[in-house]
Amino acid sequence: MEPILAPESIDLIALAPVLVLSVFAMMVLVVDLFGGRNKTLLVFISLVGLLMTAISAFAKHPIPAYSFNDSYIVDHLSLFFICIFTISSALTILLSVEYNKREGINPGEYFALILFCTVGMILLASATDMIMIFLGIEIVSICLYVLTGIQRGNVRSNEAALKYFLLGAFATGFLLYGMTLIYGSTGSTNLFKIAEVTQNLGAQSNPLLLMGLVLLIIGFGFKVASVPFHMWSPDVYQGAPTPVTAFMSVGPKAAAFAAFFRVFAEAFPAMSPSWELLLTIIAVLSMFFGNLGAIMQTNIKRMLAFSSISHAGFLIMAVITKTSLAGSSLLFYMLAYSFTTFGIFGIVILLGRKGEENLEMKNYSGLAYKHPILALSMTILLFSLAGLPPFAGFIAKFYLFSAAIQEGLVTLVIIAVLNSAVSFYYYLKVIIFMYMKEQETEFRIALTPLTLFVIVIGVLGTLGLGIFPNSIIALASY
Amino acid sequence: MFLTFVTFLPFFGALFLVFLPKESTGTIKQTALAVAVADFLLSLYLWTNFDNTTHAMQFSMNIPWIESWGINYHIGLDGISLLLYVMTTFLTMICVIASWEIKKHIREYMIAMLVLSTGMLGVFIALDLFMFYVFWEFQLIPMYIIVGVWGGPRRIYASIKFFLFTAVGSLLMLVAILWIYFHIQETTGVATADILYITDNLDVPLGTQKWLWMAFFLAFAIKVPMFPFHTWLPDAHVEAPTAGSVILAGVLLKMGTYGFLRFNLPFFPQASYEFVPMIAWLSIIGIVYGALVAMVQEDLKKLVAYSSVSHLGFVMLGIFALNPYGIQGALIQNINHGISTGALFLLVGVVYDRRHTRLISEFGGLAKIMPRYTVCFMIAALSSIGLPGMNGFVGEFLVLLGIFQVNGLWAACATSGVILAACYILWMFQRVMFLELKNPKNIGMKDMNMREMITVVPLVILIFWIGLYPKPFMQTFDASVNHLVSKVSPDNFRPKKDNHGDSSHGEHAQLITSNQMASLNHKLQMPKNVLNKD
Repeated sequence: MEPILAPESIDLIALAPVLVLSVFAMMVLVVDLFGGRNKTLLVFISLVGLLMTAISAFAKHPIPAYSFNDSYIVDHLSLFFICIFTISSALTILLSVEYNKREGINPGEYFALILFCTVGMILLASATDMIMIFLGIEIVSICLYVLTGIQRGNVRSNEAALKYFLLGAFATGFLLYGMTLIYGSTGSTNLFKIAEVTQNLGAQSNPLLLMGLVLLIIGFGFKVASVPFHMWSPDVYQGAPTPVTAFMSVGPKAAAFAAFFRVFAEAFPAMSPSWELLLTIIAVLSMFFGNLGAIMQTNIKRMLAFSSISHAGFLIMAVITKTSLAGSSLLFYMLAYSFTTFGIFGIVILLGRKGEENLEMKNYSGLAYKHPILALSMTILLFSLAGLPPFAGFIAKFYLFSAAIQEGLVTLVIIAVLNSAVSFYYYLKVIIFMYMKEQETEFRIALTPLTLFVIVIGVLGTLGLGIFPNSIIALASY
Repeated sequence: MFLTFVTFLPFFGALFLVFLPKESTGTIKQTALAVAVADFLLSLYLWTNFDNTTHAMQFSMNIPWIESWGINYHIGLDGISLLLYVMTTFLTMICVIASWEIKKHIREYMIAMLVLSTGMLGVFIALDLFMFYVFWEFQLIPMYIIVGVWGGPRRIYASIKFFLFTAVGSLLMLVAILWIYFHIQETTGVATADILYITDNLDVPLGTQKWLWMAFFLAFAIKVPMFPFHTWLPDAHVEAPTAGSVILAGVLLKMGTYGFLRFNLPFFPQASYEFVPMIAWLSIIGIVYGALVAMVQEDLKKLVAYSSVSHLGFVMLGIFALNPYGIQGALIQNINHGISTGALFLLVGVVYDRRHTRLISEFGGLAKIMPRYTVCFMIAALSSIGLPGMNGFVGEFLVLLGIFQVNGLWAACATSGVILAACYILWMFQRVMFLELKNPKNIGMKDMNMREMITVVPLVILIFWIGLYPKPFMQTFDASVNHLVSKVSPDNFRPKKDNHGDSSHGEHAQLITSNQMASLNHKLQMPKNVLNKD
């Protein structure tokens, strides 16, 4: 590592999205001081900021471009991820407006935190240096701890935030320790330099380096909520405000996967024999226990938390596959997953009322005959999560599995498809309640426009990516 | 384009229904019926324009869908799919009429029915593996909803079981599809999932073929259903509403047999040949077991459901006879089963509507009060047994003829199924229709009304039509069957081959390019001299 950065190695244009978004986030903080209780302006600024970020991400030509001594990269992967992040953050903000009003969450920092979190996510997706990755992860995590506990009056929210913070701090410790050991044994924190060193080492094992890798896997495993580092996720998902839950299950998770993928595909491909098995076990366990846990749930948010654990299992397959095709499938999967997830959480929010969130599955009984379009949307979204054609989730899984099969991971794919068969059961369970049970309680659903808008985007995205995926696949492949 | 239109017409009909107000049930039913009838008539038009003399795909259309992966929207009909296609539109129409009295959520019901129709039609026309899989899975959703919402008391259990069984099977098929996709890309350099291209160019060693074959087999065997995978069927049939059962028996099960004909045989001819004994014994077990279990059923619908297991055993046996008689028999038996079992389900539905029970012991002596019903029931029952002069005979006879050429013992075992069918059907008929009219609840039962007659009479006509003059049906798939047999005939794999199969190969060779011929010959492991002779 160079002790001092040479000025010419700092490329601010490459860094534009981070800078733009940080400026807008601070603007939100400042405007909040003078804005009083009306948050409309903040929402507007945040959305504009996200739009500007997405645009500024394309300012750098040609790609791939490096900055800060090769510790920050603008490439296909990071650009696509920035688009996913801005879309998911914008959808989160849109979902939050009406929800926050209903539940009485009104700190203006809420929006600033989402923007700062997005900054962290962008850093994570663009980092090619361990230090930068650590920085990104910390920014994301700290914002998420606060966002989880932002309902100060709610016990569950507080409990979730504390739990998340304590476990998260441990995981960060593991991650940092892993990075240290890797730095110690390879002499660099830069992914490319590490790759060179490990290339020369070959599969020959260096206990310190291996130890570092294992710790790294534990750290990332925690951040993406994979088994056995998943215990926090159902509680946090349940306790956090619903828009934050939606946000957590998409944005930060995608960011963690971006870094996860980059570290293992860029820095340690040469050592893959030593980490492949471990990751395979984690992937299989995540799919299996995620599904098993989801089957037992009656609370829809907890069910989605477990389902997101099993999705993490699928996505780890992309890390194991580590080809560029796997990278593309990861991008497509995350995009499909974000549309679907936001749609579902939108519906979950619509069904709740102040103080009465109606999160039990039995609250959905008979929805199909009171609000047929809403129930149909939910059905489409759930089937997409389950990976049924012709919805986005299917194309995503198809893409992911095909990348894995191309690398000859047939057994893993077979395990994965069998797991997705198991997952049908609990997605179908919600549909059973909506279509096949009699209505239990009166639905008093206020069809608020912004939430509806998010649901419409979610459904259209799910259908569009499912039926006409061609252009997005072309964009995702590199 | 026309084929696309016919296929998606029900779907757009369903979309239209979404916008009709829930209360106007009359309009909803009439619209659904109009769509179904129009679709049936259009599919008849396809049939009249169908060229019987070739095995090539007709009405085909091939436009890029997911260009990045080389996946196309490729559709077409050949002799194997044409009749199934027409039967689908036909049964959809019958089912819409049969569902006229449904009170609960009629709009949603009709929407599900029409969407299901498009899903099923899509399966039969898809000529791209990816597209096939999309339709194959997609049609599960409406069927699941139909069983789960409008079914009997244990409908939720039955619908989930149906869904999971089918899904598990087809997911392994997905893995096989992916494998084939990359294999084709590696060996020929073309990224494609086109079924016709794969049929011509797939070249895998026998060991791998067997694995792939198993993956496809599982998907289709569950759907058919073959013996150890049949447990979902009685549940689904018993719980499904009448029209659901008709569609299930008439079309959904046929997707399984269609899959064997479209994928297992042409893709993996050698593996298919290797697995013939296994399939034959599973089918025979299915035939005998299905029949024996049907015999002891107390519930009419369950009896018919198990009889399906038995009948589908014949179809499978015919397919894996791997000779023209067997496959022709299987294809016509496919249609026959749809017609006669469909009729039986409709007829069981008639008494269920009146009495809300299907227990055989509740009935007896119905012939005295329901003469029309009894006649229709008798015709359907006898057709199911395979009485000469009715459709069942033609199919079973051809299948037995085909399988007898392969193995006399198998044919003998399978024939026992015909005898057992006579036992359980006639015994059931006797207990329901004859004897004394003892149960006082049955006394006021009305005979079939006009609407019910309309649903059953067309099926009765078809029963006699196919039974007495099957030629219009048989000739549609002649060319396709011959072509298929020329590829999968066991003669291709027997070490010392006589010149028996040469004529069909000669005809075949003119249709494919020399390049494909080379790979084909390689695949079939034919001796060099055959190639030179051609």
